[in-house]
Amino acid sequence: MRYALEDAMKNEAYRDAAVELLFQLADDDFILAYRGSEWLGLAPHIEEDVAFSSISQDTMGHAAMFYQLLHELGAGDPDELAHARPASDRKNAILLEKVNGPGTYLTEPHYDWAFAVVRNYFYAQAKKVKIESLKNSSYQPLAEAAVKVNMELYYHLLHWKTWFSQLVSAGGEATTRMETAMETAFGDLDGLFSLGQKGAEMVKHNLIESEDDLRKRWVQAMSPVVASLDINMPEKFGMKSGNGRDGVHSSDLQSALDTLGEVYNFDPAASW
Amino acid sequence: MLRDKIIEALQTVKDPEIDSVSIIELGMVEEVENTPNGVFIKLLPTFMGCPALEIIKKNVVNAVTAIDEVQNVEVQFIYHPPWTSDRVSDIGRERLKEFGIAPPPRHIAETGEWQADCPYCGSTYTTMENLFGPTACRSILYCKSCKNPFEAMKPVSTLM
Repeated sequence: MRYALEDAMKNEAYRDAAVELLFQLADDDFILAYRGSEWLGLAPHIEEDVAFSSISQDTMGHAAMFYQLLHELGAGDPDELAHARPASDRKNAILLEKVNGPGTYLTEPHYDWAFAVVRNYFYAQAKKVKIESLKNSSYQPLAEAAVKVNMELYYHLLHWKTWFSQLVSAGGEATTRMETAMETAFGDLDGLFSLGQKGAEMVKHNLIESEDDLRKRWVQAMSPVVASLDINMPEKFGMKSGNGRDGVHSSDLQSALDTLGEVYNFDPAASW
Repeated sequence: MLRDKIIEALQTVKDPEIDSVSIIELGMVEEVENTPNGVFIKLLPTFMGCPALEIIKKNVVNAVTAIDEVQNVEVQFIYHPPWTSDRVSDIGRERLKEFGIAPPPRHIAETGEWQADCPYCGSTYTTMENLFGPTACRSILYCKSCKNPFEAMKPVSTLM
């Protein structure tokens, strides 16, 4: 059955599972869009600055829309959900919160472009797999949002796949650094597919497909790329830093939240 | 009729970043409902992270409230049906060209590639410089005939 907002509000177990899933989707997009914004002015060339900031803006738009769906389900004010929740309440995968590299965007930003490309490509592909599944979600507003996200995501995936293929096959330092970045990403990749402790509930209510199905579909989608670039993809991925879906996070997230929430938290009642 | 006046008012609301083309011509107006409680307007966002959305909303409220018979106006952005680039009307496509922006291509190859003709000289001899442009909905291209850089509105479709 398909649930409209009113149906979801009448079924507590269903609503709770939908809220949990929406927090994961919103927080993933939100923190990665923030990490993307830190690259502004620092990307390898000016056209990339234009492209990457545009992608980050789209991604922040997706997060805003997921927070709006949460608001409709009674989870709170969208701005507050984005800016004011402590790290322990955040549901994003830990891979997405990691800093871009040593330094900050204001002082000595020795950011790692290889890591940016790998993280964004792996994430865009994982998001694509989820969005395809969400198009058939039992929660109607989420299924409709997925159709919209999918059209923008198409361009993101194309962009990161191009960078990824070119850098991996470039040889020399580029290839070595991409391999190192992939090792880091594979070590925490399972955090992207995890649906957390309410995962079984989500699947039972047909909100989204299971973690195993999502992971399988990701591997399938990657396999032509993996084969053509001769990449060493491990049989199993890890969750070395912990599971962000449980509210476990690194200090990287806290410092990001301190920075991005600074103005908002200075005067939460201010209108902009 | 009041409805005609509302449509006329909406025709004056332009894209803040492309002021030759109205939100009607862009295909953003999905529903106009006139009830005893006020006018309800449903708009479709082009791209979700577009910062112009709030400005458009404000301009719609101002334009429609200016009609004498209208007391109350509410504007809502909805995602279903999704905005797709084929919603841009023929007039809208002409207006985009006047602004120096190629209208969204109607055809996308199976590989996902697409081409846009130069809005200045009409040449098909163009190259893609950057799929991403100064705003979320535009790409940057270059015309090899008249040697002008130009922008094109990105094609988006549910088939992607």
